[in-house]
Amino acid sequence: MRAGFVIRKCIGAISTLAFVVVFNFFLFRIVNRDPVNSMFRGRNLKPEKLAELRRKFNLDGSKWDQFVAYLRQLLHGDLGYSLKGFRPVATVIGETLWPTVLLVGTSTFLAMIGITIGYRAGWRRGSKFDTTATSLSMLTYSMPEFWIGMVFLGLFSAKLGWFPVGGLEDPGSHATGLTKWLDQLHHMLLPATVLGLAYVGEYMIVARSAMIETLNEDYLQLARAKGMRDDEVRRRHAVPNARLPVVSLSAINFGFIFGGAIAVESIFSWPGIGQATYLAVRGPDLPMLQGLFLLISAGVILANLVADVLYGKLDPRVAGR
Amino acid sequence: MSVEADLPLASPRSIRWSRRRASLAETGRRIRKDRLAVIALLVLIGFVLLAIITPWITDRADFNAINTGNNPTNQPPNGDYLLGTDRYGRSVALQLMWGARVSLFVGFVATVLTIVIGVLIGLAAGFFGGWIDALLMRITDWFLVIPFLPTAIVLAAVLERSLWTVVLVIGITSWPSSARLVRSQVLSVRERLYVDRARALGAGRLHIVGRHILPNVTPLILASATLAVPISILTETTLSFLGLGDPTSISWGGMLDQAQQSSAVTAGHWWYYLPPGIAIMLVVLAFTIFGRALEEVLDPRLRAR
Repeated sequence: MRAGFVIRKCIGAISTLAFVVVFNFFLFRIVNRDPVNSMFRGRNLKPEKLAELRRKFNLDGSKWDQFVAYLRQLLHGDLGYSLKGFRPVATVIGETLWPTVLLVGTSTFLAMIGITIGYRAGWRRGSKFDTTATSLSMLTYSMPEFWIGMVFLGLFSAKLGWFPVGGLEDPGSHATGLTKWLDQLHHMLLPATVLGLAYVGEYMIVARSAMIETLNEDYLQLARAKGMRDDEVRRRHAVPNARLPVVSLSAINFGFIFGGAIAVESIFSWPGIGQATYLAVRGPDLPMLQGLFLLISAGVILANLVADVLYGKLDPRVAGR
Repeated sequence: MSVEADLPLASPRSIRWSRRRASLAETGRRIRKDRLAVIALLVLIGFVLLAIITPWITDRADFNAINTGNNPTNQPPNGDYLLGTDRYGRSVALQLMWGARVSLFVGFVATVLTIVIGVLIGLAAGFFGGWIDALLMRITDWFLVIPFLPTAIVLAAVLERSLWTVVLVIGITSWPSSARLVRSQVLSVRERLYVDRARALGAGRLHIVGRHILPNVTPLILASATLAVPISILTETTLSFLGLGDPTSISWGGMLDQAQQSSAVTAGHWWYYLPPGIAIMLVVLAFTIFGRALEEVLDPRLRAR
């Protein structure tokens, strides 16, 4: 793989990140002329108090001065202060990072079962397995992911009592080691299944059509002519070639799962980035929201970069261009 | 009557329209063969009719707080309230009917906005090429990479809460894929012989875009619009669920938000959160099935498969 390809992709990612930073500033300082006013609406604060708050959030001075100040802050890793307890946004986000990585990671892993299902469905196109899998994936696609969460919570937690109704672990629990892990797993199973279920269909559909694309290739005929078993032809020749679109989908889906986690985490009171976003929207806690948006975008941009580079490795034609 | 004898009589306009009518009829014939697509279309027509007639058969005032004070609260479905009542004693069935109006309205209008932005940018990029293309596609890439829902959420959070904000937010965040689609179509249509011929006859850019390129990309735009409606509806649902919808109107997402706020799930009040979710699922599923069928008919590449 050429180094030029990787560098070009990195420059692309950095330009996207720069766009997000400018967009972020634009949203919170220009579209919304007076963030302080919209955050403290209805609180009847005195003008002096409002002016003081504006100073506190770096909202006085020209827009250009504000932008420079904002950039300087960002470069120092300073995302400003959350309105809740005036704690640094970066610290609050840091606390929510691990639960979300755990949840989104597990759900992505679960959703990726769809890839295997999709390959099989595409290989036996039109079979009963294919039509069942395709219909089911369309069905899960049609449901808002948080609504699946509500239904599961109502059925499995509230009615049947199989799972806790939310949170990361049992309240007041001081368990350590294995007990703690099992407790967290018990809490995570339902939200992770919900998120996984919401995105399994997308993986399935893309894997299926990628497989169908390769069905007519000559090398499959050749492999069959050589006397390979059907299963082997699929595994050794068809699947590796159908892998490409799935790689780029994984990066896009990463962004979607993050988005879906916002509402699902709030349903299950999962103390991650999603719930933090939900609470910041409800507040509204604009500095917090701004920081969260920047961080989520950066994560998704990074995932895309990784997928792009991986794509170039898997398909030398792309990297050579 | 021979074809030659017919030609001098028909004006270019009438030829064009008779061809369009014929291709429309052909599309209808093909769709009708797909039984699932027909059912989906009937479901959609049913929901649209329901949304249209609701103001005539029900009174919105029936679930205003001022009129529901004496209603029983949190009632399961019964003879008086077909789908029960919520914590304020408002009929869930009534809210569901009025919610259909908001969800469908936002779904349609936001899709129109998405398509208009996408078509303008795609046409401009594909037709002008050069640095305009490079710039527009760079911006499109940016919007494709940054996560869709979080972007929609921060946009809605900094703007005033209203239905039009929701429409605007969906339009701003979901145009890139239709811009890409239109651009690639324009690039392939632009090279066709009849466009060369028109150019040789002295046609201006506007004429070529309006008369040759746009009619050729319209079918695909139509199919992608049908598939964009369910995405708009789902986005509206999520935004309303997060409290970013219009506070003065009731939508299906707003109902789910209310259910969540009143802990309907853990309290076992299933009649409050199941109906709006099922309604969303039906509408989104119907749009997706119909959109796929339409795409298959209108996109020759898919038809061959």
